[in-house]
Amino acid sequence: MELYFRYALLAAKGQLRYRSTFFLTAFGQFFVPFFVFAGMVMLFGRFGNLKGWTLPEAMLCFSVIHVSFSVSECFARGFDMFGTVLSNGEFDRILVRPRSTILQVLGSRFEYSRVGRLFLAIGALVWALGNLAIDWNPLRVATLCLMILGGIAIFSGIFMLGASLCFWTTEGLEIMNVFTDGGREMAQYPLTIYQDWVRKFFTFVIPFGCVNYLPLFYVLGKPGASPFAALAPLAGFLFLLPCALVWRRGVRRFRSTGS
Amino acid sequence: MITVRGLNKTYLVAERSSGFREAAASLWRRRYRKIEALRDVGFSIGEGEIVGYIGPNGAGKSTTIKVMSGILVPDSGTCEILGRTPWKERKAHVRGIGVVFGQRSQLWWDVPVIDSFELLRDIYRVSPVDYRRNLDELVGELDLAPLLGTPTRQLSLGQRMRCELAASLLHGPRILFLDEPTIGLDAVAKLAVRAFIKRVNEERGVTVILTTHDAHDIEALAERVILIGKGRILYDGAFAVLCERYGESEDGSDSPPSLERTVARLYGEYGI
Repeated sequence: MELYFRYALLAAKGQLRYRSTFFLTAFGQFFVPFFVFAGMVMLFGRFGNLKGWTLPEAMLCFSVIHVSFSVSECFARGFDMFGTVLSNGEFDRILVRPRSTILQVLGSRFEYSRVGRLFLAIGALVWALGNLAIDWNPLRVATLCLMILGGIAIFSGIFMLGASLCFWTTEGLEIMNVFTDGGREMAQYPLTIYQDWVRKFFTFVIPFGCVNYLPLFYVLGKPGASPFAALAPLAGFLFLLPCALVWRRGVRRFRSTGS
Repeated sequence: MITVRGLNKTYLVAERSSGFREAAASLWRRRYRKIEALRDVGFSIGEGEIVGYIGPNGAGKSTTIKVMSGILVPDSGTCEILGRTPWKERKAHVRGIGVVFGQRSQLWWDVPVIDSFELLRDIYRVSPVDYRRNLDELVGELDLAPLLGTPTRQLSLGQRMRCELAASLLHGPRILFLDEPTIGLDAVAKLAVRAFIKRVNEERGVTVILTTHDAHDIEALAERVILIGKGRILYDGAFAVLCERYGESEDGSDSPPSLERTVARLYGEYGI
């Protein structure tokens, strides 16, 4: 963990050397989800609520998933960009160093310009919390934190899966964006609005629902919320297990084929 | 120190054919060709040796280095380095070796060299005392003091290679693998790199395995060479003997042919 922070620090030092690039990218990143955000406000302005969800409630859903996404894009960037790490031979270098491959790949890239996106997401989160009368207790606070952490775990896991597939295809796979970008777009709205099979997929296969929709029932104190929903975000961490297994298989394949 | 026995390694390479139709067909069914990168490769290297590992492009040099540095797992055969099998105990193994790939940098591109060194210290868990001592020695021997504050991307190739060599020795490895360390360097830088490799070997007793296409590297550094061609070891012995055998003048004149010509004739003679 300590080494990971050293990697992060070094990357920060490097990126701050290109100040204008950094600020422009960060500025641009702020506006990417901004339009989604604005769209949501207008949508609710027109229709009032969405299957029983009010704007602040939906905004909480939106902001939590965007906080998770921007943090993962910054810190799990190494997996997101693994195609280039593999094709330029950097992975050979990783293998001749005495640390775990996962740690080193995580440390290989950071994308700090994602703070732009993070700022917007935190702004939306603060606004949502300010407009909701939540009956706070320690478990609710913990659940909200777990939702964000679990979301980071899921996004990072998907990045890791995508990276693992590079061992078989070498080229980066656009198909994984269906799950990262697509998953994010889906999960920023309460899952209630989707069809049953979509809901099931994003609950049991890629558990976005578990870090977002289900625990929100508990945090918001909606009727019929089971206290188990508070612990649902833990599924996000479980999701990392199969991802790490696939990664290990990929590394094993790389070391026997050399490509 | 290093014992390699009966290494075999084959790659499957997707056959590529020209033409759009073939390319489209290969989306569905791909034909693979088997390439035998290593065939029954074996040798042993003692402590403190400098060995030149030579052969034409595609002969299997890099594959051997990758197996010995723990990156690749061979199909069969054994390899014991400092009492370990590289691909079975990767982390323990790589702690004791240094690797320089001449074509790729191991330094972080946008930050000063000294920052890369400090991160390497943490990656290899070098104690502060050892790090200080190694760093001081390497900075002195390679004349790095004026470079430490410069970002890697602003270094010339020669300056960068000096920093690469230092980076690969910070953790005090007993074996150093150098894959084309002089590639693309100017004459001055080449001489500096050679002198340093010699010094590391003599003063620190580091065992050096070096691949190169520059016969002058071999002449300056390695008494012993291992020649590999088409995946097989063809010759393992003194470089001087090879030069004698293939170095006599072709046209009857007194001047011996250049080293390049000698090596080219050697490759020709072995049919590789």
